[in-house]
Amino acid sequence: MLCLLPLLPKQASTVAPSVDHLLWFVIGISVFFTALIFLLLLVFAIKYRRRAPDEVPQQIHGNIPLELTWTIIPIIIVIVIFVWGVDLFVRERRAPMDAVHVYVVGKQWMWKLQHPEGPREINTLHVPVGVPVELTLTSQDVIHDFAVPAFRIKTDVLPDRYTTEWFTATRTGRFPLYCDQYCGTFHSEMRGDVIVMTLPQYETWLSGEMHHTETMAAAGEKLYESYGCITCHGTGKAPPFVGLYGAKVRLEGGQTVIADDRYIRQSILDPSSQVVLGYKPIMPTFQGQISEDQILQIIAYIQSLANTPGAQGAESAKETK
Amino acid sequence: MGTVTTTTLQQPQAEEYRVHYLNAKYGIKSWLLTTDHKRIAWLYLVSTTFFFVIGGVAAAMMRLNLVSPQGAIVQPETYNKLFTIHGTIMIFFFLAPAVPTVLGNFLIPMMIGARDVAFPRLNLLSWYIFITAGMIFIYSVIAGGVDTGWTFYTPLSTSYVNTHVISAAMAVFISGFSSILTGLNFVVTIHKMRAPGLTWFRLPLFIWSMYAASLIFILAMPVIAITMVLVMLERLFHVGIFDPALGGDPILFQHLFWFFGHPEVYILVLPAMGVISELIAAFSRRRVFGYGFVGFSSFAIAVLSFLVWGHHMFVSGQSVYAGIFFSAMSMAVAIPSAVKVFNWTATLYKGSVSYEAPMLYALGFIGLFTIGGLTGVFLASLGLDVFLHDTYFVIAHFHFIMVGGAVMGYMGGLHYWWPKMTGKLYPDYWARLAACIIFIGFVLTFGPQFILGFEGLPRRYAMYPPNFQFLNIMSSAGASILAVGYIMPLFYLVWSLKYGPEAGPNPWGAKGLEWETASPPPVHNFDKTPVVTEEAYAYGAHPAPVTTAAS
Repeated sequence: MLCLLPLLPKQASTVAPSVDHLLWFVIGISVFFTALIFLLLLVFAIKYRRRAPDEVPQQIHGNIPLELTWTIIPIIIVIVIFVWGVDLFVRERRAPMDAVHVYVVGKQWMWKLQHPEGPREINTLHVPVGVPVELTLTSQDVIHDFAVPAFRIKTDVLPDRYTTEWFTATRTGRFPLYCDQYCGTFHSEMRGDVIVMTLPQYETWLSGEMHHTETMAAAGEKLYESYGCITCHGTGKAPPFVGLYGAKVRLEGGQTVIADDRYIRQSILDPSSQVVLGYKPIMPTFQGQISEDQILQIIAYIQSLANTPGAQGAESAKETK
Repeated sequence: MGTVTTTTLQQPQAEEYRVHYLNAKYGIKSWLLTTDHKRIAWLYLVSTTFFFVIGGVAAAMMRLNLVSPQGAIVQPETYNKLFTIHGTIMIFFFLAPAVPTVLGNFLIPMMIGARDVAFPRLNLLSWYIFITAGMIFIYSVIAGGVDTGWTFYTPLSTSYVNTHVISAAMAVFISGFSSILTGLNFVVTIHKMRAPGLTWFRLPLFIWSMYAASLIFILAMPVIAITMVLVMLERLFHVGIFDPALGGDPILFQHLFWFFGHPEVYILVLPAMGVISELIAAFSRRRVFGYGFVGFSSFAIAVLSFLVWGHHMFVSGQSVYAGIFFSAMSMAVAIPSAVKVFNWTATLYKGSVSYEAPMLYALGFIGLFTIGGLTGVFLASLGLDVFLHDTYFVIAHFHFIMVGGAVMGYMGGLHYWWPKMTGKLYPDYWARLAACIIFIGFVLTFGPQFILGFEGLPRRYAMYPPNFQFLNIMSSAGASILAVGYIMPLFYLVWSLKYGPEAGPNPWGAKGLEWETASPPPVHNFDKTPVVTEEAYAYGAHPAPVTTAAS
């Protein structure tokens, strides 16, 4: 029966084999020391069993070389595991620059995903094999956690914050996706699948889905107009969006920040917290009026303007108040 | 050593009437208003056993429910309440108090040759605070339960669930004060009440680890108390502390909670480690190998325990650099733990090892704690934690520490000092059988959960995909064996109160001041203040005679 249950899920991402290497190393160390201790306990307990009720054994107080040995050897071993673990962690965290993006919003008790090209999914994520995928995750209520055991990755999904997670799938198929952070009554139902397809299959799927949707950037542009952002950001009363994404922004008070997802999100929800140098704090907050999905669409829209030719103009506009 | 009081009976028939702490006074008031540390230990023994039964029933219902992927007996909402009840009761109302307040209360004054703890009335107050907190939690269970998990993560607990969070948080808040006062009492007692000649390096190692645990009580418990107040403030008055919708930060809660939460783990296991040092010494008639190393490793653990909380947050959005620091500190805790395990094992070498029930628990502890400690290294490693965090691997790991470690230590200690507490012997055959059943049941329950974790099953799932069913059934089957093992002592220990043979002052032939006075001890523990002239566990110098009632 046990043969039906492999110890680990099939490796399906580029980091999975690295995780398993370290895992097997630590399993090996653990089995060795557990066996050693059990064996010593067993041998000593049998060999030195009490043979007479009034037996008084020879007293040994301790042994400094022995103490040093079993202090230093474990120190060396945990240093190896520590350094190896840090190295692995950095690889697990650092997404390749050319990763494609998918945006994830967790809510009690489902995953809402959106591809920049437009298609939205619930509890299912379609991705191409062999292509790095970076997820930007946030929650619209409590803390969730996006875990895919076959990829050996997970990250908490927090309200009011963006976290990221990346993988490059190495195997096509359907892999379970779980919420790993207890999130309320139907926590155990907050699961789904990652469906890894070959690149042509994926492109077919994507274009099929795209027929009845618009890109995130296009949706964001509509919001830009419908929420009235355009009245200031399009007229010079507020900083323009062209070339903004990823640029350095000087704030009132002299601080400099990078205009990333987090900055844009905070500027929408709490505009007075970071006023761009030279502009008046006239923007109202959109807290409670705009959903997490819509914020992500506006971010996608601003991002789509990052590389347009007018970028330098916007940059200098910001620099010279 | 100083005084040797024996109640050797020349003729078993002509039993002389001896006044001791159990028969000095009768009546319910003599118990509920007692300031005798030995009687207070009994108050705690009865109340923590009551909570253990409730927490255990909740666990049994969870395991029963998990037999089926769809949930065999209850809906997810009820399941979530069950694991919250199980976790909160076991952590705050059984494990944290068990060894310190039952064995610690009974033994600290006895082991250091004192008449009582430093503040006997404060000691009684601690129990009343504890029982008040416990009853408030029981109220929240009866009123409908609470389903936040024992970790009370925000904003789930403050803004989302509709269950009895306030009363549960209030219970945890109040219980903290009981632990703070107990810790304070023990620290003062150990500093000021030691018998003449009982220097720090002559103390039994149980005292060292109780001292270390008491320091953690005093430093960590205020943090959880404050955190619970903040949770209540946010839930009741919408003060924005943790919920981002109110302007708070949910990660702040996790920092505060685990700043308490991880030292708490060592509150549970350090006293049990102290028990194991006593048991290993007594049943191999050897001074604990590397006494100083074992003693100081307790303090190393206590200090490091305050620097590892961030390992609960490697995937919570904490910075990578914080993660690296907490990973390094968590790895460091493995060292003093390993030092203890090696020294205990070395104590058996060329000893005179016997296998009465307490020793079986001690050997079980060393084995299971070794596994629990090593699997902690997996989770302390950043790269592996990303894979294993919040899966059943974590559940298995900390149950090896808390049940395989702390509970095994508590059971071993209870069996070891039972003759001292009651003056009666329990049937050793049944006790050994129960110890073996508990060991086997435990491994069968939690062993499969390591594999469930590798497979990726998340914790706190009321329902799960069907491919995990086989291992879940194995785990539930193991739990039923474990339950039998835990129920058995309830019967034979209670039986021994009435029918057990007289124990005599020192049935194990053990060293230590507590074995030099009568069983049960006189009201003031010692007829004459003992004077200590030798180190702890001096089995070679003057072998302690086995003084049972019959000898």
